[in-house]
Amino acid sequence: MSKTIITVVGKDAVGIIAKICTYLAENQVNVEDISQTIVQGYFNMMMIVDTSGSTKPYAEMVIELEDLGDDIGVKVRCQREDIFTKMHRI
Amino acid sequence: MITIFEVNETNKMIEQEKLDVRTITLGISLLDCCDSDLDALNRNIYDKITRLAKDLVSTGREIELEYGIPIVNKRISVTPIALVGGRACRSPEDFVTVAKTLDRAARDTGVNFLGGYSAIVSKGMTSNEEALIRSIPAALASTERVCSSVNIGSTKTGINMDAVKLMGEIVRETAEATKENNSLGCAKLVVLCNAPDDNPFMAGAFHGVSEADAIINVGVSGPGVIKHALEGVRGKNFEVLCETVKRTAFKVTRAGQLVAQEASERLGIPFGIVDLSLAPTPSIGDSVAGILEEMGLESVGAPGTTAALALLNDQVKKGGIMASSSVGGLSGAFIPVSEDQGMIDAVNRGALTLEKLEAMTCVCSVGLDMIAIPGDTPASTISGIIADEAAIGMINQKTTAVRLIPVIGKDVGDTVEFGGLLGHAPVQQVNRFGCADFINRGGRIPAPIHSFKN
Repeated sequence: MSKTIITVVGKDAVGIIAKICTYLAENQVNVEDISQTIVQGYFNMMMIVDTSGSTKPYAEMVIELEDLGDDIGVKVRCQREDIFTKMHRI
Repeated sequence: MITIFEVNETNKMIEQEKLDVRTITLGISLLDCCDSDLDALNRNIYDKITRLAKDLVSTGREIELEYGIPIVNKRISVTPIALVGGRACRSPEDFVTVAKTLDRAARDTGVNFLGGYSAIVSKGMTSNEEALIRSIPAALASTERVCSSVNIGSTKTGINMDAVKLMGEIVRETAEATKENNSLGCAKLVVLCNAPDDNPFMAGAFHGVSEADAIINVGVSGPGVIKHALEGVRGKNFEVLCETVKRTAFKVTRAGQLVAQEASERLGIPFGIVDLSLAPTPSIGDSVAGILEEMGLESVGAPGTTAALALLNDQVKKGGIMASSSVGGLSGAFIPVSEDQGMIDAVNRGALTLEKLEAMTCVCSVGLDMIAIPGDTPASTISGIIADEAAIGMINQKTTAVRLIPVIGKDVGDTVEFGGLLGHAPVQQVNRFGCADFINRGGRIPAPIHSFKN
């Protein structure tokens, strides 16, 4: 099963990663890699996660993560990795 | 492993540069629906479409969510109805019942357009095909989502001038029949030369007889992405310009290929082709005209426009072909006037005429598209324009098309609103000199010579 990329973009604040990771842990999603940068006060994070252990329907997770982002005040996107690998790797 | 910069680049394309997959089109053969009884025919058609397409829209939505890329349209194309309805339909009125069935099937499956109310009459017309063509005005006036197309010529057969003459009249009648709606019916009617069997784009989509029982074709888009990429190479030479278009087209097409494969797998329907067309929308920043102007033209329509479009079209193909396992359909830049804000602006500032648009169609897909013309334009003049466009296609072995909207009650200087993806268009000047004696000759322009090319 392909991996999933979660990106978080928004104004930096305390506890962003904690809240996202708590949600992922509750849904048996395993985080495999995290990278982040802060550009001009804007928080920019990418996680590579494995959703194969999760029982939650994928589309539902996409929407819930987006809603969670809205609550924290950041933009959270959850996308299958293929869209990026197809585009950037031959 | 994929990097944060690559992820951000893709998401920026989607969020800011309007990268999307323009359409997933499910092609369905209706040949096995033929019946001599009209009711049975309509029933068979409705059942087959709704059976095969029942999950099309929900699957499209699912893919959109999972990959985070918008899929703007989910559509259906069917076997040309002139072939399917031949045995049961004795009159244009009979064909209209089939149009209504298609409309109902489109509505019930949730697709926004269904193409294939079509006839292929490149060389000659059967009585069934003529009946279908004559039913087009009533069919388009009484349906909402049905699109119609007529192929009146090809490089191999020449141009059927009887059909060209008839289509001039039918375009006018369709305009009259839908005049309450700014002659909107004509936006769903296209006249083609060298029509492809696997085109996923409306209004010219139909499921050709060379195709399998059902097939998934995908149309990509992304004028905004190409324009943005070109902003980074302002003032650079043509090699750099071409390379940039090619690289960007590759990325855009890969997204389309992925969506096509996913849709095919999830629906259990074979993948057909990816259509590499750059399709603009009326929203700001999603314009083919914008790309041409970014290349260095003061306005689309200025000298240099045809060359700029030619290189754009060619580089998009070069980049796109490597990105997809199978390319087909129309594959080229679209230059519809009403659906491209940059084109509309160019017409309004007097930079872009019908004649320049015709020249542009020599080097791109597809043809004179979504152009509003005065409501009093004679049928023979419309036929003349169709014949010109078909001649370009026939001689140059490419698809060409005409989708003109003679807006009843409107004249040059007026603007017409079509709504949604169809946009709005200024009514454009048409050459006022007649060609009736030429069109009225009847018969056929024979196929061109295939050697001694110049």
